[in-house]
Amino acid sequence: MLYLKGLVVELGGKTVIKGVDLQVNREELALLMGPNGSGKSTLLHAIVGDKRCRVVSGSLVFNGAELTSLTMEERVRLGLGLGFQFPPRLKGVRLRSLVLRILEKKGLSKDEAERVLEEYSRLLRLEGLLDKDFNVGFSGGEAKRAELMLTLLQNPLLLLLDEPDSGVDVENLALMGSAISRYLSSNGRAAILITHTGYIARHVKASEAHVMIDGRIVCSGDPEEMVSNIMEHGFEACVNCRRAKR
Amino acid sequence: MNLEEARRLLKPKAEKALAKPAPYGLDLSLSSFNLGTGFGTGVEGSEKILESVGIDLNERNRSGSYYQVDNKAVYSSTRQKGLTVKPLSQALKNPENLDYYWKALPVDTDKYTAAAFLGEKEGYFIKVDDGVNVDTPVQACLLLRTPGLIQAPHNIVVVGENSRLHVITGCAAMREEAGLHIGVSEFYVKKGGTLTFTMIHSWGKAIHVRPRTVAHVGENSVFISHYINTSQVSSLQTHPVAYLDGEGSRAYLSSIIIGRGASKIDVGGTLELDAPACSGEILSRTIGFDESTVIARARVTGKAPGVRGHVECRGLLLSNKSRIDAIPELEARVQDVQLTHEAAIGRIAEEELLYLVARGFTEEEARSIIVRGFLSVELTGLPENLAKYLEGILDSLASSL
Ligand SMILES: Nc1ncnc2c1ncn2[C@@H]1O[C@H](COP(=O)(O)OP(=O)(O)O)[C@@H](O)[C@H]1O
Ligand SMILES: [Mg+2]
Repeated sequence: MLYLKGLVVELGGKTVIKGVDLQVNREELALLMGPNGSGKSTLLHAIVGDKRCRVVSGSLVFNGAELTSLTMEERVRLGLGLGFQFPPRLKGVRLRSLVLRILEKKGLSKDEAERVLEEYSRLLRLEGLLDKDFNVGFSGGEAKRAELMLTLLQNPLLLLLDEPDSGVDVENLALMGSAISRYLSSNGRAAILITHTGYIARHVKASEAHVMIDGRIVCSGDPEEMVSNIMEHGFEACVNCRRAKR
Repeated sequence: MNLEEARRLLKPKAEKALAKPAPYGLDLSLSSFNLGTGFGTGVEGSEKILESVGIDLNERNRSGSYYQVDNKAVYSSTRQKGLTVKPLSQALKNPENLDYYWKALPVDTDKYTAAAFLGEKEGYFIKVDDGVNVDTPVQACLLLRTPGLIQAPHNIVVVGENSRLHVITGCAAMREEAGLHIGVSEFYVKKGGTLTFTMIHSWGKAIHVRPRTVAHVGENSVFISHYINTSQVSSLQTHPVAYLDGEGSRAYLSSIIIGRGASKIDVGGTLELDAPACSGEILSRTIGFDESTVIARARVTGKAPGVRGHVECRGLLLSNKSRIDAIPELEARVQDVQLTHEAAIGRIAEEELLYLVARGFTEEEARSIIVRGFLSVELTGLPENLAKYLEGILDSLASSL
């Protein structure tokens, strides 16, 4: 599915990703953890083709296609879907109309789109927000649920979720976790999920976890073991950990 | 008093004002235009452009119609009791109607009102009797056909006590040649009445547009105006004024202004909150394309205790050569008034574009979603039909940009 080799990425004139190797296969869910500012978001943005994240060297292969020279539009069409850590507010654009446009763009008829909208907004408890402007006055948790809904409705092959669990209460974490799990159980999907807190890890079945520090993946391994270690000792422990690759 | 006498009294004032420039907008020389009747005969062949400004020649969902080509009334109809829709010249044969004749708007306001008065030929007269609700809109169309003409309709709208009326006016030019439109409008909303006035303009790139509008809003009555200008003009300057003279009255003015080509646009609005407990809001959305310059003004004056007013001017620049100025003004003359404003001019945020492209839209689609969002003003007070129609206009506007 996705294969990164020696990826180096510059953002705002600064090298943020300093050589990352990463592989995610079909039906896998990779957790990506790491302290603030370590480059996790930048990595996902680089994968999806955010122009600001310039690939300096290395390769980025998705289902056999080298992505580096493709635009974001093209990458999204190939099946990459990024759920943003900080999605913007869109004044005057209602959540409902945004969802319907995404679905119609996917080729659904108006009726089908309405049905899917209803199903997902019920699932993620967003019914009350559909007629509000996108992210205007949404609480932290609401914004995260809305973002997850939009990303899932795009129906990507590779789901890139950037801290979907930050600021979400326990009850809604379970909701979101089950929505993600259900999505990944439909054939051939994969995901990279950034979690700063690790909370969502209790509600999804990850295949592997990676820790990123200062633009490098310093540790990869069993998700359960790593999440509990990190939750107990913090990322400080990772820095000096003897399992670290470099 | 009859019409002749009324005009004789006003004439010297108008003549003195013929050289008086307007405080805002490009100053035009009236001698470059002529004030004839024009060659216009009918609206046939203009169905499409009229549809684009809200006029349905089949009169579906309309309770009355008035069509004017150049300076000639070509059709009027009424379909409801208690509602009058007729050419001004006919209405003024009834001396009672002189109570509304140049009473809200002084003839010597500027050279444009003066010229409109002196050359006055026609316009619409719409009146709803006391206690009558006209829930289906009345439509009025003003078509400019003859090159070089000054089209100067004088329009009067009277909403009786505890009555309701919706008017949609569509104005359009049929040719590319130069012309000048001076629409003079006087609105009177009496105690407990509601008037919604929707106006859509689609002029041409050589047309100068100088509408002159004043509304008097009585006790506990409501005046709502929605204005949309979609097309390129040579110049456009208008600044409707609503006097909220009656206690507890409300007004809401929204305008959507698209500056295209080399258009020079200066659109504003004033609310005079003159009576206690009045409230009002002025809202504008301006988009600057090409080399257009757009000035958006809004002024709210609070002169009585307990009044509330709000101004919101937003501009979106879609070209490096375009220019938008937003000039909100608040003026409090007594204590215990609450006046607020917000103004913002910007470009499309790169982050919003990027976000929507990540959501699967092309860059063009993303742009149009953002622009449509920008144009979303609350179309308060309109019947569902009309609100939907306007939403549709804004949809196609946003996707055509
Ligand atoms: N738009 C930007 N321009 C310049 N530098 C940025 C920008 N966004 C983030 N950075 C920097 O890049 C580094 C990595 O940030 P980020 O990928 O957001 O980290 P994380 O998601 O792991 O918290 C940080 O040092 C941050 O300050
Ligand atoms: Mg981040």
